[in-house]
Amino acid sequence: MVNPNTNLNVEAEQVPVAEEAPVKLEINDLTIKYGQHTALKGVNLEIREHEVFGIIGPANAGKTSFLKSINRMDTFDSNMSVEGQIKFNGLDVQNLNNIYALRSRIGVVFPLPVGLPLTIYENVALSPRLRGINSKSELDIIVERCLTRAALWDEVKDRLNSLGSLLSGGQQQRLTIARALSQDPDLLMLDEFSIAVDPVTTMRIEDVLKELKKDMTIILVTNLVQQARRLADRTAFFLENECVEVGNTEDLFTGEVKDQRTRDYVEGKFG
Amino acid sequence: MFAESDLNARNKRVQGLFRMLFLMMTVLLIVPVAIILFTLVSKGGSVISIDFLFTNPTDGMTAGGIFPALLGTVWIVAVALLASVPLGVAAAIYLNEYAGDNWFTRLIQLAIINLAGVPSIVHALFGVGAFVIFFGFGTSILAASLTLAIMTLPIVIVSTRESLRAVPQAFREACWNMGATRWQTIRRIVLPNAISGILTGVILEVSRTAGETAPIMFTGAAFFLPFLPQGVFDQTMAMSLHLFVVATQVPGVPEELPFGVALVLIAMVLIMNSISIAFRMYLRGKKKW
Repeated sequence: MVNPNTNLNVEAEQVPVAEEAPVKLEINDLTIKYGQHTALKGVNLEIREHEVFGIIGPANAGKTSFLKSINRMDTFDSNMSVEGQIKFNGLDVQNLNNIYALRSRIGVVFPLPVGLPLTIYENVALSPRLRGINSKSELDIIVERCLTRAALWDEVKDRLNSLGSLLSGGQQQRLTIARALSQDPDLLMLDEFSIAVDPVTTMRIEDVLKELKKDMTIILVTNLVQQARRLADRTAFFLENECVEVGNTEDLFTGEVKDQRTRDYVEGKFG
Repeated sequence: MFAESDLNARNKRVQGLFRMLFLMMTVLLIVPVAIILFTLVSKGGSVISIDFLFTNPTDGMTAGGIFPALLGTVWIVAVALLASVPLGVAAAIYLNEYAGDNWFTRLIQLAIINLAGVPSIVHALFGVGAFVIFFGFGTSILAASLTLAIMTLPIVIVSTRESLRAVPQAFREACWNMGATRWQTIRRIVLPNAISGILTGVILEVSRTAGETAPIMFTGAAFFLPFLPQGVFDQTMAMSLHLFVVATQVPGVPEELPFGVALVLIAMVLIMNSISIAFRMYLRGKKKW
């Protein structure tokens, strides 16, 4: 508890289940800028192990920037600067000498699926290969396990050697999730994963996420308020480049909120 | 309701006029190429034979074949490629995949553009100073090839950069996000998808290299040699210079001989270009996104 003055941490303490779990990710006074433009300012929160942490809020609230700062995607964009402290498993991610190891522990899924120009099999086998696993039998096991966990195996098991980009949008998004799982991550970050996915597939992926929670921590950025309600243990509400509040997800929906703006957003009055 | 107004009629007339204009410009482009090819085939076609391609010139180059020049061009092009392709591709990979946007890379960028604008005769004199004299290669295949390599380096760098740029940035970021290093990303994702464009650029460079005359005439290509080159430190004959020689420098050459030489040279270049186009079409068919 670095910032006892902010109500965010007080709010977190009111969640009994999450409180017992160790802290996975600790964010202190995080500010993100693109050049002169501030994308996010003064965020303090913590994410516990094995929880699904939802982030809701309208477009341009800073949700994606938040995710980018966690796995150091700021290094891809010379314009993006990150201030404050992000501790992953207790380690300050800004001062790691091996950000490759950090990234390999974090799976990321973007709004639009990025199928690498490889076969379905190779899409999933790439991360293990990067880690130096080259034996065909080991890779076979990993590929089957990850595709099964992403609820895609049955649909693609007969055409593992066709291109990933030939799959439908919903299948490609599940392939992306399978690829993220092939990293064997501690943390899975999903950024509006359902934006290009049909409702049935969305429900299948949501079921997958409920299962995955047993093995990893999940950050779920979504602009579907009800999706956060279905999946998230705790939820943060981002608005206009600020984290308005963090709370037990049910509290946000039963009206036990600290900020009127949160109530209005959840009830659909704007956004 | 759909009756044609005066304005409609005028717009249609103007549109027809411009269409005609652009079509005529396009046709004009083809005319010189067609005339060149027709003249070469009609005047030089008669001298082309297997013997012509594979025997030495005789009678003071007024008769016989072109084999030493043909072989010399192959030598020069091959050595030039060995020098320029690794250098150019590596530089392009650095510029596109590693370098940030700062004054240093902008300076390199400027240097490449300027290198492309240097006249070939200046390259020739540079080659004489640097490779023939300073490095002591003498007038040799090596000196001529290195001169050509420097001259064509901008082609390789620019075409390689273009093909690297065509690989979507999202692929790189997805790969980096899995913990891949820049090099792992380049090797597994970027290069396999850029290789068709890179090779196309290389083939275009070949055709450019084969046709150049000025850069090689002071650095390694000989007027006439009675023997074939044995290594990179030998001088050699070359197609482009041989054409210049038989067309203007030797008295008593039968009229069809220079046309025959030109036809072989242009055929070499056209064949390389056709291979390049066919290859690009083949690889584009296999495109993965």
